[in-house]
This record gives sequence, structure tokens and C-alpha cells, in this order.
Amino acid sequence: MANKVLRKPKSFYDIYERNPSSDKKMPHYCPGCGHGNVHKFIAEALDDFNVADRTVFISPVGCSVFAYYYFDTGNIQAAHGRAPAVATGIKRAHPESIVISYQGDGDLAAIGTAEILHAANRGENLTVFFINNAIYGMTGGQMAPTTLINQRTTTTPRGRNPHNEGYPVKIAELISQLEAPVYVERVALIDNKHRAKARLAVRKAIKNQIDNLGFSLVEILSACPSGWKMDPVDSLKWIEEAMVRIFPLGVYKDITKEVEPYQIKKFKPSAEEIVELLQLNTETKSFERQPVPERYRNPEIKVAGFGGQGILLLGAAMAQSGMLQDYYVSWLPSYGPEMRGGTANCHVNIREIEIGSPVVSDPSVLIAMNRPSLEKFEHDVQEGGLIIYDSSLVEVQPTRTDVEVLAIPATKMADELGNTRIANMIVLGAFAGYTGFFAIETLFETLKTAIKRKKLIDINRKAVEAGYKFGMEHRVRK
Amino acid sequence: MEKRILDKPFVKVEPELCKGCGLCIDACPPQVLKFHSKFNSKGYHYAFYIGDGCTGCGVCFYACPEPEAIVVYKKGYEYLGEEVA
Repeated sequence: MANKVLRKPKSFYDIYERNPSSDKKMPHYCPGCGHGNVHKFIAEALDDFNVADRTVFISPVGCSVFAYYYFDTGNIQAAHGRAPAVATGIKRAHPESIVISYQGDGDLAAIGTAEILHAANRGENLTVFFINNAIYGMTGGQMAPTTLINQRTTTTPRGRNPHNEGYPVKIAELISQLEAPVYVERVALIDNKHRAKARLAVRKAIKNQIDNLGFSLVEILSACPSGWKMDPVDSLKWIEEAMVRIFPLGVYKDITKEVEPYQIKKFKPSAEEIVELLQLNTETKSFERQPVPERYRNPEIKVAGFGGQGILLLGAAMAQSGMLQDYYVSWLPSYGPEMRGGTANCHVNIREIEIGSPVVSDPSVLIAMNRPSLEKFEHDVQEGGLIIYDSSLVEVQPTRTDVEVLAIPATKMADELGNTRIANMIVLGAFAGYTGFFAIETLFETLKTAIKRKKLIDINRKAVEAGYKFGMEHRVRK
Repeated sequence: MEKRILDKPFVKVEPELCKGCGLCIDACPPQVLKFHSKFNSKGYHYAFYIGDGCTGCGVCFYACPEPEAIVVYKKGYEYLGEEVA
């Protein structure tokens, strides 16, 4: 039954609440802008397929940033170029939803190239509409990646020079080279015939997603009369005469007849399943806080050394032990890109009251596992604070006389126990033994979760014990 | 209100919702849309139907970028009283 009337599709809102003026029936687009046509095609298709209620429309950055005021669907406005990434998230979390990523050429072909390429390559079951007008329209007509050679823009006043600005990026061609996409077509809003083709392409791209066929992209050559400084009717001619020669129209890829429908499985594990998957220890043990001298209460700790010494793990184990003794804790790592070598340090707070900032700039406890760390941070330690350093690696002594110092040959002790890499746990034990802040049982409990490889727990227990004993023996009682 | 059936196609352009881009006028095959000599409140010469010759093909509807500026009623459309005028 033919439709006897053509009027505003229902997938548009009745009124657009974009601005406070009384004008709530017109979108903000300039006269003759192609966005309006594509919006209409999309809204009509959503009506006809009856999917508006489960559609999520992702608006980009660009002129169409306000699409969420117009489409009566779910709406998210994504950061510049990130619409396919946001769309991926929505689609994975809600596989039954219809997710439309709508992007311009400045958004998709410039800042968002990585996102679109990888969403396409993963074959996300998305529909992407790529509006190509060969410039940045919203910001005033600057050169875009899609700007034609010799085209004058505000940033290429003498015309785009390929030696300086490169060549127009051909997105439909690029995407169609990938394995996963099922449908890639380039259309143009030139005249009645081409508009009809564009309308069908929009419908097909949405239908593909409804049928769970995979990734569809439609590139639409669209007029920007304001940006091109042309009359709307003349700008259609410019698409036909200039743009289509560089961006040939047609279907670049269509394997929709060959692919099997596939809907990604929704993965929503229960709390129990997460515990099992991550092999978490859910026994909620807690230990008594230990009575400690006033100067050791609420320690603000900085742990520093070489990357690879287990600096971050030592800090995390201290925070974990603090948590087991019912303190507020924080742990903030800071490290270079190297997994081994380089420097690493972390900030740990263990407090009786809530923690305002995790940053420790003036530590009350400094644990220095190498010489540069001692020299760098020694002067930051609070007066009356505590410095623990690995005397087997640091051949100098701290210069401060207003602090307590515990020198422990941790690396040498670790070697003697048979594993150099447990020096960090020896220091953990030493801190506990020296200050009395942690009971040794607390530390043993921490090891169960801090040490990922179960067979290493025994040797780490020995390290903690040895460190604890050393700390106890060197205690200073004021 | 009495129900009627439209005996010939009809196109309606809402003057206040037209931005005067002229794409419908350029697209209309029987050339029955024209710019009005008057302005609307936004200052655009809006498009209007000269009153005769519409075939109901609908190309102006798809050429128009505005969601609501153009409505095309085809032959056989059932309507109530004043809707089509």
C-alpha cells in the first residue's frame, strides 16, 4: 500500500528544544545543507522499519553535533572522532539496539581515522553515515582531509597543494579494502535520481544492522553552501562537477548476500561469576590495628627504586595490609614506560581518617631501594620521619640527622634466601617489625592476594619473616 | 467533520519553516513551485505551490532539507476538512 502522504517522519521530535526562542520547528542547519536530507532519510527509515525505540544515535562533533535535539531515539554525543568507539560500546552492551554513528569528514576522516578503521576492521554490527562536504563546515570552511586538490579554503587560500597538504582521503575506498565490512557505498546529494539512490543506501545500511549482517558505511557527498560560499542550487552542481570526479560514486563493497547473520553475545556476568573469573579471594578477613608510637601513626609513605625491584608491589602490599587492618588507604604509582630498569616510585597513605589526596610529596616514611631514590627524596622526608634504605645497594648514608634511619641489606638477604627479587617483601617485613604497624599475620594474609603465582607465596613468606625479625631487632624505643 | 478523499495531488509549503534554499524549486519536475515575492519572518523568500500541476511525485519532499517545511498529499489521500487547503 503506497503511502498517500509525505510528511515529517515520526522519528523526529515534534519540537526541538535546542534554543530558548520560539523557533522550535527548524533544525539549526543552513539553507540547502545536506544534513537535513540525510536526517530525513534516516528518520523515515527508522519509521518504516519500526526501530526508533531501540535506536541509539551517536552525534559527532561538527555541524551535526546537535542531532540529539532532532531524533526521537536514544542519543549520545561523542567526543570528536570517537563516535565509532562509543557506538561499539553501546552495541556490545546492548546487541539488540540499532546503533547509528553519524559523522562528518573532519570528524571521521581526520581526528577519528583510528576509530573508524578499527570499528570497521572488527566488523562491528554498526551503521555509519559519513557526510563528506570536503571542508570543515562548522568552524568556517577550513581544509579537511577530503578537500580537493587546488580547492581554496580559508586555510589553503591558494588552493590545496598535494606537496604540502597531501591528497584527498578516500574513505569508501579505504574501508572497502578491509575484510570485515559488509556494505560500503558512496552516494551524492546532487539531483532527484541521486537523492533517491542515497535514500535507498541509507535504508539498506540500517536494514543490514537490523538483520545482524555487520558493518555498513555510506559515504554521502553533501553540499555546504555556506562553507563553499555558493548558492544552494549551484553547490549541487559543484558536487557533480568537482567532487564526483575525485570521489566516484557506487557500491564499493557488498557481501550482504554472502555473510551469515551474527549477533554478538551479551556478556553480563554476575558478581559471583566475576569473582570466579578473576580468581578473587572473597574471604573478608580483618585484623586488629596495632598499638604504635605516635610518630608512626598515619604514615605517608613514598617507596622508590629501580623498575623491576617490585617497588609498586611493595607499595600495594602496604596499602593492602593497611586495608586488612581497617585503615583508609591509597596507592598511587608513578613510573616510566620501562618494565625493567628506569625509575619507579609510588605513594601510599594509610590513615585513620579519610584520605584527601593520594599524593605524598613530604613523606613521613621513605623507602629507598637504590641510591638515586635516596638522594632524590631524602630531603623531602618530614622532620622526625623514617628512612628505610637497602644498604646492600646504596653505598652512601643519608645526610639527614633529624630523622630515624633503618639500613637493611635487603637485596643481600634476599640472595641468601635464594631469590633476589624478594628484597621488596623483606623491606615490607622490616617496616612492620621496626614500627610495629602491621602484625605479621596481616602481612601473610596480604601475600595470598598480592602474589599472583601461588608457588612463590612460600618464599615470600620467608622474606617477610626475615625482614620482620630484622626490623624487630633494630627497633628504637623512644 | 466530514471525511473526504483527495481527487488530485497537492503540495503544501509552510512559509515560516522554509529557509528559501530553492532546492525544491530546482527539483520539481512539473516546475510548479516558485519563490514567493514576500519574505517570511526570518527574511527568506519562501517557496510556494502555484496551485495547479502537482503530480504528487514527492521529489520536493526528499529534496527539502527541512523536516517539516513540505508536505506532499497524493491522490486518494483521505483527509478531514481543513487539513488540505
